[in-house]
Amino acid sequence: MAVGHVTRALRPTDQEITVPIASDLDIVTARQWGRTLASQRGYSPTEATLIATAISELARNIVLYAKRGEIVLASANDGPKQGIVVVARDEGPGIADVSRAIADGYSTSGGLGLGLSGVRRLMDEFEISSELGKGTTVTIKRWKR
Amino acid sequence: MQVPILKQRDYLIASIQAALTDEDLKHLRDALVAQVGEYRSRGVIVDVTALDVMDSFAVRTLRDLAHMTRLRGAETVIVGIQPEVAFAMTQLGLRLEGVAAALDLEEGLAYLDRQAKRPTLRGAGPHSGRRA
Repeated sequence: MAVGHVTRALRPTDQEITVPIASDLDIVTARQWGRTLASQRGYSPTEATLIATAISELARNIVLYAKRGEIVLASANDGPKQGIVVVARDEGPGIADVSRAIADGYSTSGGLGLGLSGVRRLMDEFEISSELGKGTTVTIKRWKR
Repeated sequence: MQVPILKQRDYLIASIQAALTDEDLKHLRDALVAQVGEYRSRGVIVDVTALDVMDSFAVRTLRDLAHMTRLRGAETVIVGIQPEVAFAMTQLGLRLEGVAAALDLEEGLAYLDRQAKRPTLRGAGPHSGRRA
């Protein structure tokens, strides 16, 4: 699996970056794109790290539960507020109990139980929609301070 | 990306050079646990200075590594966690839980030397306190 698309220079005018997620290497690629985008948008190194870490968690959920999916990174605007939006999308088995999945301390993979609840804490906005047998979409936003 | 493991005195030093995949991290964990026996090491240093992200998987794997090497008689210390990474880990609620951390390689070596001097650490016996 190549990480070739990382070598493409990211231009400030790029509206959207889609990273296909199917392996643990893609997790690294997605979070590196997140950091690149955050840095280009003028986020501090600390904030870029938060965004990259959140992307890493979401991408790993895709690999663990759905095998494949995609991460879409884009700029977000809400009036004067500028930010970054990350959409993690898969067509996996879906989540039976969404409210339980985002509760603190819950994990089905024997992990730390911090996956989705942790991501939610790192971000300003967090939305999840999931349908059994259809897939899961998680949308997170972080506004520039 | 293979992580080079150096042997220095009674210690193993794993110096992570670039971003690691989950598989790379698991490989590093298993290699260190094996090499502790191979080289009869008393301490392990994992230098994570080059890691710009430590998510729940990375933290869990490093913690497992430390607990596994401890069961084999070697203390592990994680060195070089960057300030941004420390911030993100704290925000995420990720803890090293009983695993030692030190600022850098030098502090990590000093920590292991101090541990080796403590006679109670490995039980007081006629051969305890063996050091390089």
